[in-house]
Amino acid sequence: MNKFYHILKTLFLFGWSLFVVFPFLWALTTSFKDANAITSGATYIPWVDYEPSTQGWSSLFTTGSQGINIVGPFIDSAAVTLIASLVSLALGTLAAYGLSRFEYRLGFVKNSDITFFFISQRIMPPIVLAIPFFLMLKELGALDTIFGLVLVYIALLLPIAVWVMTDFFAGIPKELDEMAMTDGCSPIGAFFRVVLPNSVPGLVVAGMFCLIFGWNDFFFAFTLTFTETQLLPVSIVSLNSSVTPWWSLSAFALISVAPLACVAVIVERYMSRGTMSGAIR
Amino acid sequence: MLQVDQLTTADSKVSLQDISFQFDAGNIYTILGRTGAGKTELLRALMGLNPLVEGDIQLDGQSIAKRPVKDRSMSLVYQQFINYPHLSVLDNVAFPLRRQGKRKAEAQSLAAKMLTTVGLGDFVQRRPAQLSGGQQQRVALARAMVKKSRILMLDEPLANLDYKLREQLREEFPRLVAGNDDSIILYTTTEPREAMELGNTMIVMTDGRIVASGPPAALFAHPPTKDAASVISDPPISFISGFVRSGALYFGEGQLAPNNGLQLPPDGPVTIALRPDAIEPGGAFNATIGLSEFSGSETIVHLDFDFGRAIMLVEGIETFEAGTRLSVSIQAEHLMLFASDGQNITIRTK
Repeated sequence: MNKFYHILKTLFLFGWSLFVVFPFLWALTTSFKDANAITSGATYIPWVDYEPSTQGWSSLFTTGSQGINIVGPFIDSAAVTLIASLVSLALGTLAAYGLSRFEYRLGFVKNSDITFFFISQRIMPPIVLAIPFFLMLKELGALDTIFGLVLVYIALLLPIAVWVMTDFFAGIPKELDEMAMTDGCSPIGAFFRVVLPNSVPGLVVAGMFCLIFGWNDFFFAFTLTFTETQLLPVSIVSLNSSVTPWWSLSAFALISVAPLACVAVIVERYMSRGTMSGAIR
Repeated sequence: MLQVDQLTTADSKVSLQDISFQFDAGNIYTILGRTGAGKTELLRALMGLNPLVEGDIQLDGQSIAKRPVKDRSMSLVYQQFINYPHLSVLDNVAFPLRRQGKRKAEAQSLAAKMLTTVGLGDFVQRRPAQLSGGQQQRVALARAMVKKSRILMLDEPLANLDYKLREQLREEFPRLVAGNDDSIILYTTTEPREAMELGNTMIVMTDGRIVASGPPAALFAHPPTKDAASVISDPPISFISGFVRSGALYFGEGQLAPNNGLQLPPDGPVTIALRPDAIEPGGAFNATIGLSEFSGSETIVHLDFDFGRAIMLVEGIETFEAGTRLSVSIQAEHLMLFASDGQNITIRTK
């Protein structure tokens, strides 16, 4: 029975892995095809099924009618996403710690209302925020700049960081902070020396969410930029012509997924639960 | 010397009510009380973790009520063995020393010595999660003691340990905390035996107040109030309504109670307290056996008298069948009398 269960589990996991990985394999093979290979049915093995071509990849690093150069947008995207994610994570973590450890009350407004206020920013559809953001950035002279986009993305990512970290800090016993204070830390010292080192899984999860949302955003990158600044999701639009260049789109898709996949692989080990074992019994 | 004056807090669970007490250096004070009596609240208030509504805390004549937690020269060991999970056992114990400004090597050297004292010299590089419950609590104890604080507070430190470990650590405890005549040790517990065994002075708390204090033996022999008697006694003391009339003591509706060796108060109602060892098998009183349970080498028998319920403690393991009648005697030398306001009015003539 156990052996049967083991085989069944292995088969299921293998099938599921195939299901998850298949789109990437498909994109990878497509990125090495030309127009003829793409229109001649489903083929998978280069040199056997089709003659590989690097046209899809080279078109992403040339300018003019042959393609677009994505190096600039890639760097812009990376800069905006990284800066906005780091700032959101830093501010969000501090805000979440405050919300999880101290009781605030202003009239009828309590901690839960403040937390909801943060989350409510993500409830609104982006289009509602587009015009206010546009007008504010225009007033600041920050339209079509990396600085402007960073500001907007911080506003978008901060609620995610606050939400994830508030939940995470709620799972860290308050006694741990108190213990640190009795051992000679100030309240802020207890946060940095004890709470933060034990919050790595939460920080990683919040950071990953920020990176994913920031990196993949199209709407604000599209509405708040024109010519000077262009982020990766927007630059792909310029690839469209009378013939859809599937080879370039596939190569582009792989390039845009690669950074997040690399980060996920690197930080995966820090996402495990159970780091608080041994803290309190 | 730690002086506490009219300490009052307003915590949502238990509030301290006007607590005043003087703790002298070199003593171990055991604070005994049931769950919710305010023991932890008192330690947290002294530590500065719970705000005071009123009152003052003075250490060697200087008020420390407004000092930050870290500047109070106090250590606290929690009931729940709290350690820093991201640090090794050695760094856990060195942590407070590093905060005191000691260099890493010096802090680690002192921490290693302290860990050897508590029997964890071979576990310095492990993480707390890799230790057993008893070892984790030793780490917490070592971290609290290594600081050499003026006041060491232990909040039911053995409560979460299994029986064997509890017994072992209880035996070791006096050795572990010995050798610092300047320090004051406050040890809270719900167990009367532990409180009497470990403390020079026992403090009894109920409902956020100190209801009795003094040397354990004296307090046990003559608890000042009914509440204190109830908290101190283990197995539980039984309280039975009675009255005094014409120089005689009566249970309940009028059954004559023994009073030899007791100076009776004037006529009126009293509460008669029966310690479990005041009742012995064989005698003039009849009771129905309710429940009998073994407790190590003793048998605890719950008895239903016509005038109320009481518990009898019998040496050795004996079987008492529930529902059967049993004749018992009540020893007057183990009786106590309490007035209607709860004050102990027992006066022995011999």
